[in-house]
Formats: sequence, C-alpha cells, structure tokens
Amino acid sequence: MATLRKLLDRAKPNFEPGGKLHAFQSVYDGFETFLYTPRTTSPRKGAVHIHDSIDSKRTMIIVVAALLPCFLFGMYNTGYQHWLALGATEFPFWQLLWYGFLTILPRVAVAYIVGLGIEFAVAQVKHEEIQEGFLVTGLIVPMICPAEVPLWMLAVAVAFSVIFVKEVFGGTGYNVLNVALMTRAFLFFAYPAQMSGDKVFVATGTPFGYGTPLPDAFSGATPLGEIVGQTGPDIVFKGLDGSVIDTWQAFLGLIPGSFGETSTLCILIGAVLLLATGIASWRTMLSVFAGGLFMGWIVNTFATPTYPASYISPIDQLLLGGFAFAAVFMATDPVTSCRTNTGKYIYGFLIGVIAIIIRTYNNGYPEGAMLAVLLMNCFAPLIDYCVVHANMSRRTRRLTAKTSRS
Amino acid sequence: MKLKFKKGLSLNLEGGVRADAQTVTKKTDMCAIVPDDFPGFVPKPAVKDGDEVACGQPLLFDKAHPEVKILSPMSGRVKGVVRGDRRKILRVEVEQSEVTVTAPTFSRPADAASAKSFLAASGMLAFMRQRPYDIVPNPADTPRDIFITAIDSAPLAATAATYGTGIFTAEDYQLGVDILRMVTKGKVYLATDETWPFGDIKGAEMLTVAGPYPAGNVSVQIEAVAPVNKGETVWTLDGSTLARIGHIASTGKFFPETVVAVTGPEVMTPGYVQTIIGASVESILKGNLKETPRHLRVISGNVFTGIAVDGEDKYLHFPYRQITVIDEGDDVDEFMGWASVSPSKMSESASFPGHFLKRLFRPDARLNGGRRAMIQSGEYEKVMPMDIMPEYLIKAILSHNIEDMEALGIYEVAPEDFAAAEYVDTSKLPLQKIVREGLDYLRKELE
Repeated sequence: MATLRKLLDRAKPNFEPGGKLHAFQSVYDGFETFLYTPRTTSPRKGAVHIHDSIDSKRTMIIVVAALLPCFLFGMYNTGYQHWLALGATEFPFWQLLWYGFLTILPRVAVAYIVGLGIEFAVAQVKHEEIQEGFLVTGLIVPMICPAEVPLWMLAVAVAFSVIFVKEVFGGTGYNVLNVALMTRAFLFFAYPAQMSGDKVFVATGTPFGYGTPLPDAFSGATPLGEIVGQTGPDIVFKGLDGSVIDTWQAFLGLIPGSFGETSTLCILIGAVLLLATGIASWRTMLSVFAGGLFMGWIVNTFATPTYPASYISPIDQLLLGGFAFAAVFMATDPVTSCRTNTGKYIYGFLIGVIAIIIRTYNNGYPEGAMLAVLLMNCFAPLIDYCVVHANMSRRTRRLTAKTSRS
Repeated sequence: MKLKFKKGLSLNLEGGVRADAQTVTKKTDMCAIVPDDFPGFVPKPAVKDGDEVACGQPLLFDKAHPEVKILSPMSGRVKGVVRGDRRKILRVEVEQSEVTVTAPTFSRPADAASAKSFLAASGMLAFMRQRPYDIVPNPADTPRDIFITAIDSAPLAATAATYGTGIFTAEDYQLGVDILRMVTKGKVYLATDETWPFGDIKGAEMLTVAGPYPAGNVSVQIEAVAPVNKGETVWTLDGSTLARIGHIASTGKFFPETVVAVTGPEVMTPGYVQTIIGASVESILKGNLKETPRHLRVISGNVFTGIAVDGEDKYLHFPYRQITVIDEGDDVDEFMGWASVSPSKMSESASFPGHFLKRLFRPDARLNGGRRAMIQSGEYEKVMPMDIMPEYLIKAILSHNIEDMEALGIYEVAPEDFAAAEYVDTSKLPLQKIVREGLDYLRKELE
C-alpha cells in the first residue's frame, strides 16, 4: 500500500494549479479520496472534533451492495429467458450467467463512462469534489431498462439526465427528480419502440459473439404486457415456454422484464440490507407497499373487464413489473424523496397508490411505478412544506396562547 | 420535575475518568482570558501590558455595558493584551508575580439591582448566557426565567468537574440560587441527574434529567419545561458558575479555582486536576500525556464543543471544566476507509461492525469523508431531543430567511445543540458554525 501512496504523492504536483495535468485535478482528487480517506481534520474551534466514520462513499457503496443480488439475478435471468426462447430444455448455470453478463456489461460501461465523464468534467469546472451519487445511478439505469437497450440511446439518455436533471440544478443533493428514473423516462418517451411492447424484453442477440441468436422480432411479453387482450375475471400469465406464471414464480422472478427488476426475492434481500444499515428509510419503503396493497385491493374489489389489470390480485400487483424495485430503490432516494418523517409516510403511500392507478386504469400503459415516483418527486417539496409549516404554526400557537393568557 | 429524553447520542470513548479518581492540585504560573469564549461580549481592555493586577481585578470590560467585566484569575503582571487582525483582542495573558495592589471585594447583594451589579462586577454575568442568541446577558434585561444545568452529558465529562467537588459546597449552590432569584420574577430551574450530591436547593425548581447527550444541554431542558418564545429572554448558566456566584458572595472575594477533568484516549491517567480559570494547559497535562510519535489534538473542553489549543493559544477555555486529548489523525493513511469493516471504526451507522460492539473507541479528529450537500435525510432528528426541525432551520439560516428562522425556533437553540447532529452528519456540514453565524446575523438585523 505504501508504494501506491508514494505513486499518488509523486503524481500529485502534476495535477495541482500550474501542473501539466491540472485540467484533470478533479479526476485525481476523485481517485485519491477513493483510495485513501482524506486527511482533512476538524476545524480547531466552533465545530465538533470527532466525526462519525460514515461518509457519502460508504452510503453509496451500501446501496450498490444492496443492488448486487438483483444485478446477479438479472444476469442469470437474461440468460435463462434467452435459452427459454430458444426452446432449450437444459439451462447450464454458468453459461446463462455468462450470457447475461456479456449482454449487460456494455450497458453498464456506457452508463458509467458517459455519466461519470460528465460528473468529472463538471466537478473540474466548479472546482468541487466528485460526488458519489452516480455510482448508484450508473448501476441502476441498466437494471431498469430492457437488457438489450441500444447503447447509443442509453448514452444519450444518461447524458440528458445527468446534465438536465442533476447538474443544472446544482449536482448531487440538489436534483428534484430521480436521475435514474428520468433516464428511463427519457428512453421510454423518446424511443418507445425499443423500450416497450413485447419485442424488447427478451435478449435476442449474441453479445461479443456468444450464444445463439434469436430472430429480432422474437415476441416475449412481460406478464403486465400480456394483460392487453385479456378480459378477466381470470387473468393468466404465461412464460415464454407457455407455463403459467403464478404468484410464487412472480416472486422468484424468472420471468421476462427489465434487467434487474423481475425478482422480488432479490429486491427484498437488498431491502433488508438497506433497512438494517439504516441507509434507506423504512417509512418510505413500507408506505409504498402499503399504498400499493391498499390501491390494489380497491381496484380488485371494483374489478371491471374494461380494465383487465384490475383483476390482478393485490399481492401480484406488488410482485409484478417494477413496483417492488421502485419501492425499495427509487422511492427511498433521499434527495428526491420527502425529507420530513411525516412527509415520508404520505409520499410513499401516494407512490404506491398512483403506481397501481396508472397501471390499472390506463390500458395503453402496462407499468406505472416509474411515473408514480417521478410524479411524487415533484410533490415531495410541497408535502415537506406542509409538514414544516405544521411545526411552525405549533410554535406560533404556543406564543399566542401565552400572550392571550397573560 | 422529571425529564426523560430518548433521542440523542451516547459515545463510548477511551480515556474516561474512573469513579474513584482523586483530585490533584496543580499550580500554574500563567493564565489567560480569551474574549472569544464569551459571545456577544465586545472586549475593551481594562489593563495595559505590564500592569500589576490582583486576583479579581478586571482585565476586560464590555464595550456596550462597561459594568460587565471579566476578572483576572491570578495575581501578577499583565504579560500582554494579545491582538490579532484588525487589532482584535485575542487574549489577555497574566503571569504570576508578587503584587502590591489589593484584591477587590464584593458585597453580598440584597435586591434585584444590587444582584445584577454584583453579577456583572464579579465577572459572573460573563459566565452566563441568554436565550435568544446564546450570548452574554444584557444586565439591563430582566429574564423571564433562569435555567441552570448542573449536568454535563458530553462524552467523557466527569461529575466532580461538573459539580466542582471539593471546592464548592451545598451552601455555595444555595446562595447562588438565592441571588439569582432576586434577578428574575420567574423561576430558577436547576437541572441535575441522579448523581447530584447536594440534595434539594431551596427556592429552585429541581429538574431531574435522564437521557443521552444532549440531555445536559440547557436548551433541551428549557424546551421541555417552558420554551422560549419570540420576545422572551431566558438566562442560562452551568452548575459550577452557580456555585461560584454563591462562593464569591459568601467570601466577598473572587474565586478562580476550578476542577478540570483530564480525559481522552491519549491521556496516560485520566483524572481530576484542581487549578484556576484560564490556566495554561501545559501545567495541567505535564507528565500525563502518552508517549506517541503521532500528532495530538489537545481540546480545551469536550470533543463536541471544545476548542483545540495550539501554539500561542495554550490556555484552558470557558467553561473551564474539561480537557480532552485525542489523535489529530492528519498523519495516517487509511486505505479505502469507506469500505472498512474494522471493528475499531466508531459510527452510529449499522453499516460498521463497531456499531454493534460494546467497546470503547479512540476516534481521531478527521472528518472521515468529504463535505457534501445534504443528501441523507432524518439523520439530525435522531439525535435532536427537541421539537425543532434541524434540517429546515439550517436551510433557513443558510438562506438568511429571518421569518423562517424565527418560525422554526432559532430563539430556542444554541450552536452546541447541533453538535450531535454535526457528529453524525454523512455530509460533514459545519452545523455549529452555521448556527452561530445565523444567531449573529439575526441579532445584527434585529437589534
């Protein structure tokens, strides 16, 4: 380790003002603080002298760790669906995983290179430290898209989001909307053909020449996509091989869908990690599920053939599509969520409710979690405003009560 | 009245004073008064370099209220009125020597007016604070109530230093309360905990407080008993200042003695030292620091609100009760500290294994990360046992929004109330500094 430190120290002058590589100072700082905890110590007066060991890097890395079960499962599932579509009867574990890995690798790489590149450049211009937020965003973005989303689209969408959703507002901590979801929304509305329908959710290609190709127009709908055309009251979802997807299958997640969101089981493993470490708010997470369950129950009680999705049981509503992923990883983003404790209950509950409403009562639109979170992102400041004003008026009432008494 | 607080922070640091530790008396031949320890007090020197001063003679007085004074803790010669940028007085240093001047005497007050002038002249008013603004009280005001906290819930604080065991008696506390009762038409509240040795003090409303830091902070107690509203003034002080008031009134002489808890992981034998106000830290710590090649940070006070002494400024700071010595930490390279699973990392976050261990920690002074925008939410509330929305108050201060600051309760807080939040903050924001600047800004705008 001492050699590495020496190497860094030797390189440092080049990056300082006047150095040859000064234009890359933020990059150097980023790597230095990544490798070594900064030596910066507390001010000598007017401040605490000791600080908790936790920092922004720690927080973000815990979220990344919580995403890993979903990510690994997504790799396997991408391979599994591909094999299934080929009509295979045997599913060699490592080959499936490898296929999924090769498929997603370029997407993750593009998301990180484009996103971090912009962040590094902005940090350099603003003479700020590099913010860690994109470590999480860059991993989430490929996970909430179809596995084979075209690279150039991904690059355009990531650039759009990082610049116009985050940096113009001031960078990490100041954005109003969730950056990863805005990337997804941008892709969805700009390139609907590549992002929705039943032609995109099963990987058909041969990444780096690996695997057997499927016809481009291979049709494999996600469960929520299958609803169109059904009339109820018995909604039956079928997998690619024609087998029925029951509640248990939907929970495990070996079904077509966006890369990382199909397995509720893996999402829950991530949720446990986030809640046990206190990184994500249990208030938000719980409320989203409560809201979804509540609205799922309402729509199911008043089920009608006009809206076939209303026949889905409340439990299945939570397990299918991106609902659970949005509840655990999207709604709990502390920057775009409500920041007051009371606000978090309201915010989460409404996300759950709105996600199910969109999903059910809009036949042209099979999934609503993304739009529900983005919509509530916009309302979060208003909810907080009301909660804060309740505190303020408590104080005012205390004063008026006192003056009227005396 | 019993007050129990749940929210807060209890840190387990190495270097606490053992319950059976004895007090050692240490002499010092240098001492200093630092005006910055007394916010709101605009210092004017009452002495010149080389003057002879007796113990209890004024060194500084307040520009706006000349009757408010800070007295010399030692008989000797003024070594210097040390000034910094723009002639700001940094400190007044006194060197011990034989003097010919006689020490002033103070007569025991009998009514409200004489009580106030007694407090101002004996230097004790400067040791008190007022809400709002957390500044030295204006002697012209009549406080609604007076709150005294005889608890120190800060890390490594020790009871004998908090109570002045061995130098103060129950009579000192009683007389102190008697004098303060003359000053206010309201009540005098005395907050203690279960270790309080002096029994009920007559005339004071006794508060029995339980809970983690910052339960000992007077703001927390005021808020639980009778919150400060806009337009109200409440005076506050700590237990040892209360006893000092009583002691000065009963003897008629200034009393500079104090008991200091010497604590921290880098102290060889943590214990109590009896010395005087503003004593040189070296005289207190001599021979009691661990031999280490690492840089040390000597804090006059506790790890949350203390002042690091260094180079020139090497004296005991107000409230003259504690010294904490920790590692500075600017001489270590920690490889990927953010990924560490080492059990020696101290944290309130369950993402560190140390969080679950019943052990003592030895943190250093590093920020343990870089400064960020506010990202995590709800962190501050967990360690704030008041009906205050810390994050929004901080934002109101940063945006200089006076209306919101008032509505969110800035009159009820002091910077120290944000120390626990500053410790746990993932974004490493300087919350105490922000609150101090906010209070000063508000005062400038409204007065």
